[in-house]
Amino acid sequence: MVSPVIGGRGAAFRPYLSILGARFRVLLQYRAAAVAGFGTQLFWGLIRMMIFTGFYASTTRAQPMSLPQVITYVWLGQALFAMLPWSLDAEIRAMIRSGAVAYELVRPLDLYSWWYCRCLAARVAPTLLRSLPLFCVAGIFFGLQAPPSWSSGIAWFAATVGSLLVGCAFSNLMNISLLWTITGDGISRLVPTLVFALSGMLLPLPLFPNWAQRILAFIPFRDMVDLPFRLYVGQIPAVEAGSVLAQQIAWTLILMFFGRWLLARGLSRLVVQGG
Amino acid sequence: MPQIVVRNLRKTFQVAERDPGVWGAVKGLARRRYRTVTALDGVSFDLETGELVGYIGPNGAGKSTTVKALAGILVPDSGQCDVLGRTPWKDRQAHVQQIGVVFGQRTQLWWDLPVIESFDLLRDIYRVPKKRYAGVRDELIALLNLEPLLDTPVRQLSLGQRMRCDLAAALIHAPAILFLDEPTIGLDAVSKLAIRKFIQRLNRERGVTVILTTHDMDDIEALCSRVILIGRGQILSDGTLEDLRTSVTRERWLIIDLVNENEPVEDSFATVVRRDENRVVLSFDPASISTAELISRITARNAVRDLFVQNPPIEEIMAHLYGRARL
Repeated sequence: MVSPVIGGRGAAFRPYLSILGARFRVLLQYRAAAVAGFGTQLFWGLIRMMIFTGFYASTTRAQPMSLPQVITYVWLGQALFAMLPWSLDAEIRAMIRSGAVAYELVRPLDLYSWWYCRCLAARVAPTLLRSLPLFCVAGIFFGLQAPPSWSSGIAWFAATVGSLLVGCAFSNLMNISLLWTITGDGISRLVPTLVFALSGMLLPLPLFPNWAQRILAFIPFRDMVDLPFRLYVGQIPAVEAGSVLAQQIAWTLILMFFGRWLLARGLSRLVVQGG
Repeated sequence: MPQIVVRNLRKTFQVAERDPGVWGAVKGLARRRYRTVTALDGVSFDLETGELVGYIGPNGAGKSTTVKALAGILVPDSGQCDVLGRTPWKDRQAHVQQIGVVFGQRTQLWWDLPVIESFDLLRDIYRVPKKRYAGVRDELIALLNLEPLLDTPVRQLSLGQRMRCDLAAALIHAPAILFLDEPTIGLDAVSKLAIRKFIQRLNRERGVTVILTTHDMDDIEALCSRVILIGRGQILSDGTLEDLRTSVTRERWLIIDLVNENEPVEDSFATVVRRDENRVVLSFDPASISTAELISRITARNAVRDLFVQNPPIEEIMAHLYGRARL
């Protein structure tokens, strides 16, 4: 019999890169979604900007972030909104509902890595499409500022990659939970609220009270939004980028470890119904 | 040594149950009741390389459960299974490199991508070297006549077209064993024939072992030299289709078209199965009267325009068999 053929160097990653590319191409087809997303993000960005402007105008106490910093933070959030792990992978959800997930198991692939790649593609493709126009419009018209220094900009970029890794490890957990819940309706209502509130998408985390800060430091959500954005505006100095990255990688590893454990449990009890 | 060895495979499922109606739903919140369903109850068989086996049985008999265990998707409660020297569910990744699977009611193609891109993706997923891929792909495209479909997104294909593409997709990595779970379900006659012809060639010319589950007895009649019948999780019979047929009934049917409408046809050695206007269907046992003798007796009494002899349809045999096994 023919033994499994492993073709050349880098073959181990070939399937994962290939699916990444394919998902990318599919997601880039959805231009209408990108336009709609852009409009929505712009609208909410303006509202949030007005709220913070009003808030800063009515207080005389010193705040942990200046108004221009907060406005920049808000626009970054609107531009990179699609990167946040707030939704389930529609394809995995459909497969689990229909039973086509059986095909996922007849692939000679590590299922966790395979689904992680799906998450990466699902986050990166729409973000690339939507963020650039928003960066331009907000930068020219609505007070999105450039980072105070090159080093802040570079630190932000590195931390954004880190936030992508944490975010995908988290969304993969959501996908794996579908093996139990099947529909994921509860998850897809509960998780966005949690993620938006605790990551800094709703309110920049430095504006939270002190007791909340202590809790937020021990959960992974600030690694997805708050820390990279504060690096961008210079509220966290660029020299601290190393510790931010270390924290992001640590969370990624913890979430991945947990995800693998959960997936193994889910698969051993998995019953693909019907013929 | 056989290519596939299955020994004493067992699998039970827990099915949550509740009483009907609102009150039943409320009770179900407090205390769940579970019913144990035995899907496989000690299944054993061997398959040699290059066999084409029909695996049949009524709905819920355990066909799909067996296929899923053999494909490594499902972990059985107990029993052994050896496919090409591996236990499927223990060594899943290496195992699936050697098998192809088609679940007739689902597609493994990417809904939004053109067919050819799905093939390219599968090439990468199975790590097929590019040179070998080009050969396999072109051959599959020619055999299944896929050329006009290649640039169409999968969601726009008809069921028959999709099934042809799905078959090709399952064979991109040239597996030694192919599992087909109801591959002709819902297809029209032309598509069914095309798919049967392809499966036959694959088996004869490539020596690919094929395990076919189906409810379509024409599939079985056209393709399978061996038929395994499963019911309630147990193997009820294992042999050729002819063996299965004779184990149920030896009867034959004589179908007569009369010249005159509504003329009575009677013979002590035959019984009337059906009668509509000119056509009479008689069943008889060839052991008690030879076909030639019965024909001469009837033509002596009735004006006959045409007649022919056939075996009772395989569906009737199956219904008989399923009924006898109280499935």
